[in-house]
Amino acid sequence: MADTATKTTSEASAPREVKLPVLEREKLVLNKRSYHWITERVCGIIENKQPAIWWALFIPSLIMAVVGVGGGLIYLVTTGVGVWGNTNRVMWGWPIVNFVFWIGIGHAGTLISAILFLTRQNWRTSINRAAEAMTIFAVICAGIFPAFHVGRVWMAWYLAPIPNANAIWQNFKSPLLWDVFAVSTYFSISLVFWFLGMVPDLATIRDRCKRGLKKVLYGIFSLGWRGSNRHWSHYEMTYLILAALSTPLVLSVHSVVSFDFATSIVPGWHTTIFPPYFVAGAIFGGFAMVLTIMIPARFFYGLGDMITMKHIDNMAKIILLTGTIVGYAYLMELFVAFYSGAKYEMAAFTYRITGPYWWAYVAMMSCNVLSPQLFWFKWCRENLWVVMGVCMAVNAGMWFERFVIIVTTLARDFMPANWKYYNASWVDMGLFLGTIGLFTALFLLFLRFLPCINIAEVKWAKEESDAHYDDKKGHPDEGTVVESAYQHELEKGTAEV
Amino acid sequence: MSTSVKRVYGYLAEFESASALYKAAEKVRDAGYQKWDCYTPYPVHGLDGAMGLKRSILPYFVFFGGLTGLVTAFLLAYVTQVGIYPTLVQGKPANIFTIPAFFPVMFELTVLFSGFTALFACLGLCQLPRWNHPLFASRQFHRVTDDGFFIGIEARDPGFSAEGTRGFLSEIGGDNIELVEEDEKAS
Repeated sequence: MADTATKTTSEASAPREVKLPVLEREKLVLNKRSYHWITERVCGIIENKQPAIWWALFIPSLIMAVVGVGGGLIYLVTTGVGVWGNTNRVMWGWPIVNFVFWIGIGHAGTLISAILFLTRQNWRTSINRAAEAMTIFAVICAGIFPAFHVGRVWMAWYLAPIPNANAIWQNFKSPLLWDVFAVSTYFSISLVFWFLGMVPDLATIRDRCKRGLKKVLYGIFSLGWRGSNRHWSHYEMTYLILAALSTPLVLSVHSVVSFDFATSIVPGWHTTIFPPYFVAGAIFGGFAMVLTIMIPARFFYGLGDMITMKHIDNMAKIILLTGTIVGYAYLMELFVAFYSGAKYEMAAFTYRITGPYWWAYVAMMSCNVLSPQLFWFKWCRENLWVVMGVCMAVNAGMWFERFVIIVTTLARDFMPANWKYYNASWVDMGLFLGTIGLFTALFLLFLRFLPCINIAEVKWAKEESDAHYDDKKGHPDEGTVVESAYQHELEKGTAEV
Repeated sequence: MSTSVKRVYGYLAEFESASALYKAAEKVRDAGYQKWDCYTPYPVHGLDGAMGLKRSILPYFVFFGGLTGLVTAFLLAYVTQVGIYPTLVQGKPANIFTIPAFFPVMFELTVLFSGFTALFACLGLCQLPRWNHPLFASRQFHRVTDDGFFIGIEARDPGFSAEGTRGFLSEIGGDNIELVEEDEKAS
């Protein structure tokens, strides 16, 4: 047997030596693109005129943001929070649904930038920048809702740890205050992480600019970066530490958000499964949003050699995994309601499924649990229309999940006299649409002015970037590496893009 | 109107790849140079060893930053909730045994303080931001953020000599060797 293997793999080698074929890893940068090509392609997005589709998306989303968020908030503040559909029982309603929805979206950004960094998943390099930007913008959208949900927004400073006029301090035992600390820390640290990661790339743009305002601005924000290895050494350590800090941080943020529910005694909320269930759901929804915004950006800006089908395949698999975890949590919640023998808990869940909000429950289940199951099939993970469709379903499904948790539970609390069907008002809807516009507009501005792909890290992920690349020639394994068939197949598909 | 004189900053040499730079860096290190640096478009892993750099001391700063955050959060919660204005809510005690309820805020402030310490310590250790640097006067240095790999040896290094260093850089495989000069206003 050994002799035949030797003959087929390398005839020239000594007869005793057996060389078995080694399957190559999928390349992260396709078509052997040079460093300069990567620089040109990413900086070109900023330096060239935007495609018509950019304006076609930017103008409507800007209008949505100005009318929805700007107009909606002015109307809300001048009239009072009564313009929302919130009622005596459903005091949280859409505003908190939207808050949890947006804050969850952000989590995938931190997962990609921090957790995949710590686990050395090098494919994160081409998607982390845009995902982190998504985090920042999603948290901005999220922050609007609780700030105005306090009722009198000019009293929002009560959230900060400052005593009020009666020298009473905030209640540090309250999950709502934990939330203030968790979300503001999350926003600040995500911003630091995003900015620091961008410094070398801003320097790239600075070095390509001609003299003028642009050069001055990129010059200021690139901090005088010059790629010195003494700097890289500290920089990489900082990056590692920020990743190590962000990993527990991101897990804590959605855990704390879930404490807003779980530490109450409301049936349907008072469960220990909430923190992991919320975190898995957040990552799930966030990855769907990353794909929702990156697949079009990849197509319109021709980034297919850096955001390869392998990246999309990996993300689809993560969506499948987290979607299945979320499905498990939904079922486990039902099981525990039944198994605990708690009458009110069981009633709450029966009401969720068979009550007047059954449509939201069906939407949640089918979008979040059933639709990602398509990703078991390779064909579905490779067809971008299917991927986009599933991601859209997941985006909607995650919103419905928060709606189911918040509204169905609050609509029937302990006092049957208060039971009433909840309807959102047009101000609720306008504000939510406005935040979608705000998010899209901010993301488009990001594509326009900042490097949307981490240029330095994508260069680093090329195989010849290894300091020992030359030494690999003459290595005993040389010649036995065979190109992965899967990638070969995909490379044909992306060559046109 | 000031006249300008030039001051030599040092030599800058280009290398063709990360591997070539790595091997050259080992030789510069072994030749005993001190004031020199490698410049790369992305972090080349292993180059720290080739340059003889020690591990970054940044984690020590972050440790103390995080500790400050932890203590700050504990004192903020404890002093306000137990000390100056105890609020008796949620059936929780108004003494030290309410500490589990303080953990989330203590954790968040630890992370917040650590993160900002990491940022500012990194900038401090790198001596950034700075508006200008003599190397930016070089005609080829702009390629460092694109696809250029450089080694720069500064004139203030004790082993520097106009001829010797140039010869040394070309011997270890450097191309486009350039004498970088900075403008200095005559006062």
